[in-house]
Amino acid sequence: MTDAASPGPRLRGRRPGDAVSTAFYRRRRLTLWLLLTPPLLWFGVVFAGALFALVWQSTYTFDDFAMQVTPALTLANYRALAGGANRDIVLRTVAMASAVTVACAVLGFPIAYYMARYTRGAGRALFYVGVMLPMWASYIVKAYAWTMILSRGGIVYWVAGRIGLGGALDALLALPCVGGSSLSTSNLGRFLVFTYAWLPFMILPMNAAIERVPARLLEASADLGARPWQTFRLVLLPLALPGAAAGSIFAFSLTLGDYIIPQLIGPPGLYIGTMVNLQQGAVGNLPMAAAFTAVPIAIMAIYLLLARRLGAFDAL
Amino acid sequence: MRSRRRPGPRAPWPLRIAAWAVLAFLHAPIALVVIYAFNTEEAAFSFPPRGLTLRWFAEAAARDDILAAIALSARVALTATAGALVLGTLAALALARRQFAGKDLVALAFILPIALPGIITGIALHSAFRLGGVTPGFWTIAIGHATFCVVVVYNNAVARLRRLPPSLIEAAMDLGANGLTAFRTVVLPQLATALLAGGILAFGLSFDELIVTTFTAGHEQTLPIWLLDQLGRPRAVPVTNVVALAVMAITALPIVAAWWLTRSTEDASGSSR
Repeated sequence: MTDAASPGPRLRGRRPGDAVSTAFYRRRRLTLWLLLTPPLLWFGVVFAGALFALVWQSTYTFDDFAMQVTPALTLANYRALAGGANRDIVLRTVAMASAVTVACAVLGFPIAYYMARYTRGAGRALFYVGVMLPMWASYIVKAYAWTMILSRGGIVYWVAGRIGLGGALDALLALPCVGGSSLSTSNLGRFLVFTYAWLPFMILPMNAAIERVPARLLEASADLGARPWQTFRLVLLPLALPGAAAGSIFAFSLTLGDYIIPQLIGPPGLYIGTMVNLQQGAVGNLPMAAAFTAVPIAIMAIYLLLARRLGAFDAL
Repeated sequence: MRSRRRPGPRAPWPLRIAAWAVLAFLHAPIALVVIYAFNTEEAAFSFPPRGLTLRWFAEAAARDDILAAIALSARVALTATAGALVLGTLAALALARRQFAGKDLVALAFILPIALPGIITGIALHSAFRLGGVTPGFWTIAIGHATFCVVVVYNNAVARLRRLPPSLIEAAMDLGANGLTAFRTVVLPQLATALLAGGILAFGLSFDELIVTTFTAGHEQTLPIWLLDQLGRPRAVPVTNVVALAVMAITALPIVAAWWLTRSTEDASGSSR
């Protein structure tokens, strides 16, 4: 029988930290706010403040003659956005973003599907690492690698020449919208690089969505008499759609705001990102640059609303 | 239910080819960077490579501007990671199991820096620093990086905290530990690998960051900025290849290791960026 009078080996008398600790434990709200204040201060003051400053700046005036920003409030910047050249910039960027998103979805689906349904254990880990490694490889390194690959002395031209497709490549480059004088100054090249860059961001959410589909559903569909293609089209595809929507958010938004890849590859022609960078840097017209950033924000807000209805937020 | 060892369905061969082809597509440019780093020829993007050499590695190691850029990137990344670890852990501890009004808004505030296109975050921070009269330099870069690194630490920490049964803490307190001791001996060891993974991710993100950095840096060159600068210099291509290879090794490999560490968690680190 244990002696009830002697305390267990772990019990000690009250220690100095106990009072403080108990006070925090009892006052949950105080603890909560103490924990939250540093991060909130940072985000509220630094980041939200910065965003507010940006929106505020977009209402400032830019004096073209003096190349100076003056705090006179105006909506002229937003009105200029509707003008011809600026509208072209927006349309060009949105068109590329849409094309890239579709290409990522088409290219990403086979590998996402294969990963989710036909790999397990070490094979699946291999595929995961295989998709993640390029995703986390440095962005600028990937862009740089593609400038080398698409250049005239680079591997694409060499392979095309070796297998006799040089003529086909030149014909492709002669197409009006897609082509250009060389691969690295064509929209096709730019499209390839964008697709490459965002492909892993599309594959992972799609894979997660397909993984979540229980195998029982597919077996049940087969039991009810559906052929494999019907099961795929009527059961799997609708359930995989939220994953595609989630991935498309990344592909679309990243293309909308990018200014480095358009600069490195492709024909001259400004994108929203390059325009913002130009206005902010070389021209010093921060109000116009700020107004331009409103466009991707507005577009993404609409896109996110659409994606939410497709269930993307549950698949993120 | 009878348990039988099913080897699993075999994939139709077109699907298998497609999957492996896309994987190859994903890795080909990276493999080419690796090959080009060893290319003997000066015009180092010609294919096929003329020969293999280590001479560019030696040259790169002797260049002052490269070493300075690497040092700056590393210092910024370490500072940003430290800040992100502190703020992210505090936020995770606050938000993991509590419900309060405005919780969604707070979570949105954390995710915004990384969700918005880099150019918006960059310009926002730039104009804020300008309005505040802060000269761009080391601290503006580090602050900018820490701002979007917080969310990766936060995600990892919250995912791990959600798996931690609250009864563990209560049991510790029943055994006589005060709140602080319980945190130190029970919660922190559980959080350790999640924080390590989050820290590695934050380091990788910060080291590789280009777009926001171009707006918040003054005349300093972090390594990605140096690389961007080099792209306009065709004669320096071989050394640039070597640096590109080094950057990939420094960022990609630890991040994959971080994923390995948190593989069993519900929200796998690295699955969203």
